[in-house]
Amino acid sequence: MSTTTEVHEEHLSQEEIEKLAHPKQPLNRRIGVVLSYVGMALIVLYCIIPFYWMIVSSLRLPTEGQSTEFIPSPASIDNYKGVFSAQNNFGRSLINSVIVAGTTTILVLLFGIIGAYALARLRFRGKGAVLWLIMACSMFPLVVLLPPLLKMFSSTAPFTWFPYWINTYQSVILPGLSFGLPLAVWTLTAFFKQLPVELEQAAMVDGCTPGVAFRKVILPLAAPGVLTTAIIVFIGAWNEFLLALTFLQDKNRQTATVAISKFTGSTGFDTPYGTIMAAGVVVTVPLLLAVLIFQRRIVAGLTAGGVK
Amino acid sequence: MTFVRPAHRVLLAAASMSALFVAAACGGGGGAPSGGGSSAPAADFSKQGDIEVWQGKDTSGNFQKLIDQFNSQHPNGKVTFQELPDNADQQRQQMVQNTQIKNPKMAVLSVDVVWTAEFAAKGYVEALPPDKFPTDGFLKATVNSATYFNKLYAYPSTSDGGLLYYRTDLLNKYGLKPPTSFDEMKAACDKIQAGEKDNKLGCFAGQYNKYEGLTVNFDEAVHGAGGVIVGEDGKPNVATPEATKGLQTLTDWFKTGYIPKAAITWKEEEGRKAFQAGELIFHRNWGYVYNLANKTDGSSKIAGKFDVAPLPGITQSGVSSLGGHNYAIAKNAENKGTAVDFLKFMSSPETQKSNTLATSNSPALESVYSDPEVVKKFPFMPVQLKSIQGAVPRPKAVEYGDVTLAIQDAAYGALQGQTQPDAALQALQTKLQTLIK
Amino acid sequence: MATATAEPRSLPATEGDGHKHKKNALSDGQGRLAWILLAPTLIIIAVVAGIPVILSFWESLHQTNEGVDPTTGLVAGGDKFVGLQNFTNIFAGANPVTGSFGTMDRFWNAFFNTTFITIVCVLLETVIGVAMALIMAKAFRGRGIVRAGILVPWAIPTIVSALMWKLIFDSSGVMNRILGREILWLADTGASFWAIVIADTWKTAPFIGLLTLAGLQTIPAECYEAAKVDGATTWQQFVRITLPMVKPALVVAVLFRTLDTLRMFDLPYGMIGPGKYRVETLSVFAYQEAAQTRYGPAAAYAIVLFVYVLLVAFIFVRVLGAEVIGDADVQKKKKKKKGGPPSDEAMQETMIGEAIGGAH
Repeated sequence: MSTTTEVHEEHLSQEEIEKLAHPKQPLNRRIGVVLSYVGMALIVLYCIIPFYWMIVSSLRLPTEGQSTEFIPSPASIDNYKGVFSAQNNFGRSLINSVIVAGTTTILVLLFGIIGAYALARLRFRGKGAVLWLIMACSMFPLVVLLPPLLKMFSSTAPFTWFPYWINTYQSVILPGLSFGLPLAVWTLTAFFKQLPVELEQAAMVDGCTPGVAFRKVILPLAAPGVLTTAIIVFIGAWNEFLLALTFLQDKNRQTATVAISKFTGSTGFDTPYGTIMAAGVVVTVPLLLAVLIFQRRIVAGLTAGGVK
Repeated sequence: MTFVRPAHRVLLAAASMSALFVAAACGGGGGAPSGGGSSAPAADFSKQGDIEVWQGKDTSGNFQKLIDQFNSQHPNGKVTFQELPDNADQQRQQMVQNTQIKNPKMAVLSVDVVWTAEFAAKGYVEALPPDKFPTDGFLKATVNSATYFNKLYAYPSTSDGGLLYYRTDLLNKYGLKPPTSFDEMKAACDKIQAGEKDNKLGCFAGQYNKYEGLTVNFDEAVHGAGGVIVGEDGKPNVATPEATKGLQTLTDWFKTGYIPKAAITWKEEEGRKAFQAGELIFHRNWGYVYNLANKTDGSSKIAGKFDVAPLPGITQSGVSSLGGHNYAIAKNAENKGTAVDFLKFMSSPETQKSNTLATSNSPALESVYSDPEVVKKFPFMPVQLKSIQGAVPRPKAVEYGDVTLAIQDAAYGALQGQTQPDAALQALQTKLQTLIK
Repeated sequence: MATATAEPRSLPATEGDGHKHKKNALSDGQGRLAWILLAPTLIIIAVVAGIPVILSFWESLHQTNEGVDPTTGLVAGGDKFVGLQNFTNIFAGANPVTGSFGTMDRFWNAFFNTTFITIVCVLLETVIGVAMALIMAKAFRGRGIVRAGILVPWAIPTIVSALMWKLIFDSSGVMNRILGREILWLADTGASFWAIVIADTWKTAPFIGLLTLAGLQTIPAECYEAAKVDGATTWQQFVRITLPMVKPALVVAVLFRTLDTLRMFDLPYGMIGPGKYRVETLSVFAYQEAAQTRYGPAAAYAIVLFVYVLLVAFIFVRVLGAEVIGDADVQKKKKKKKGGPPSDEAMQETMIGEAIGGAH
């Protein structure tokens, strides 16, 4: 390959040494860098501005829910007080959300890790079919599942043998598992595969069984991947709306997303945008904090298996 | 290519699974019957015990107070309030779902007047024995709205009628009286808008978004022009010149800007906010707007500067559409005795009055409208009473959801200028003839 | 002799190329253990997803009796078996509505809406996402902030997002204020379609951006420098180096986004409302039919949507070569041969080695 630079092999002057040590960037290179920073700023704005609008709307006076001023004046936290008023029972619904999302995540991790271990490390026939089946499971539109699930959990024919689970946490957790498991299994399988088998083999040469080798060697190394999967599943379960609306109708059992949809203002027709936006901020901020703290791991997780 | 074999296996697995489960499903019967039929045993209205009342969001906080009051007087059966989403479609859906799963705790339902036929025909609610539930004292329209095939299926609770809100300050300034027809309203607007020269000041708006409110406004326009949607004989007859004139008037008002273009996205609240911000001279809405528009906390720029009149007509006097809710007893409820007691409690004169005072909802009991305390707090009550007494109900149909969607299709298309009113009504007539027999 | 599945055996690791089926001490005869480990997952999926799907299919073969008794006014109720009539009715055109594509049966209106929304959304997301990735790959500092910012749309619950956009797109809302016009985003017009596209793209373009960025980061700088030395223009570098190397990651991302968008429910239902034919998707349509207690037809439409989704997935995997399950083979090729804990850089180095070996 021909090159365009010529190499002086001897007698570099002092200036030339300086130039080689500190090359001046050509102009278009610098423009490129500036443009890329502009681009980055645009990206950040793109992502943040609607969220900014949500925050701004929540800080207005309750009666000015639909104002379009860019900065609320006067700023007021009345909406936040309204969110936590006794009428809305929002504190309780936040707890319910935590219970549902937390349990879903723990169970998904439990079943997902052992399932991913099987898929990543063990050879068996039908592996491709299992993977396809698990992936196909995440393709069901929810509308397909809801009516039969409703019959199932309410012990209606042909499910009279099934326990009555309406208004129980498990009626939302179990279907949630069926959405979270494919995701987790897929991501965790990809993570485990990235870790070479030699690690476990080395441990087993030292006398461990495969199970112990997995637990003591691989899991700690895969901890970032497990954490990422946990966050992804948690956010998905926290987001869940339709299932919770259908199965958790009791005021004391409903989750935060359902509670937000039931907010009304002072009249039956009113959509209290201020309160809803405030509740939205309250529901989002914990997720955002978790996401910001673990963002490196999340990105690694999302990109490991190319998952949603 | 690793997909031939696994796919093969998946098919095999799926086939065997389906065989298994079809067998299981077949064993349990191919689908539950959707509620009572003609062979249902007589209902037991005597059992007492705890019950749930299913109703939309309690925005005033007063409903819980009423429930507490009932519970203190009724020790052998307590009532719990099961709050539903404030969207009417979601309320209906939850009630239907819980009927399907035979929820025994769901006992009292707050049924919108347009759902009576569906809930009665499909056996979601019990027919109420006339001896336990006398109907004198209630507004005729409310009793009518709770009746299906000459049987009472719900007990009247609240009513509602459309009102014309107007700006007293503007009308007085130009020496005008509240209009009784659309033509008068147009003339008034022309005069006022020419004088005010404020291009943010719109003339008139109702509810025109694609939802139940559109059916209401369409209904009022058609009747105000002498037309009907469903005739006296119970058969649809909407493709008439009168009905066309009604829809055409609304369409023209949109085209010529007498109704603001944005009103096609308005429900009740958007219109109220526009009126309160001083952007409308005339506004069609329900009674609840009165107190809100009079608030002096800064949310309303027109506090004290408006009043209420009966709806204007197009070629005859205006006709309001009937709104409101009634209480019904769910078919699968366990403790119907308590439900009966609760229905009677909610319809008693004391409760009706206290509820009206607290919520500004229009009562179903006629005497409350002339109660001095009520009139003092809500001066528009006499006008509201007239509006309700002359109100027409929306079409009664078992599949009301389909009916209202068909009406909305026709009206929305015409108002957006996408179809001609007469063509839209022709299509509507065809659809209604299959839905309402 | 070790015959039990749990006994470790000392077999040699793979030598040379990674094409041989890898036998390792952990994988022989592990079939039974594998099924045990997968059992909880499979059982849950079977009970909570499998049974309802089967039942849905069964439901789609029935219709509710809607006849009204003329004396009592009561509906007889119950189901009757109608075979595939719910499916054939789709072609009968009994329910014409007017949508973006003219007047046609409501099912086909929903079908074309769904398809069109998906195509437009996924195209836009991909273009914007890839653009984001390219920008982020170039810049050196501040990448952490951008990466954090990118995750914001994803962390907002879907229903909150729908309500937020509803506020923004209100006819007197801030979007109209910025544009200085009065566009009726939330009516049943062409603008409603764009409202949905904008709201959905906002939330999902960052994903594609992230996944593409990961793919970009595996492309070694030497490739580009070598190309520059050969005289390739920026565009040629993009088309000949960048695109092919991010293709695996990008195709998988696009596949998942397509499947998700086909099933879109929350946005049209929450932001625009049901009954608006220009934006009614198949999910919303099926849901509305179920709300009208027409469970049989609703199940039929849902099943059709499900089959549609599966078909699209299949096409993606077969025709576009989406390596959804293939990472087994792909990863084997990139396996690092030395022992010790892998790190991001180490993995990259391996891939660099492969890439340089392959690209030049």
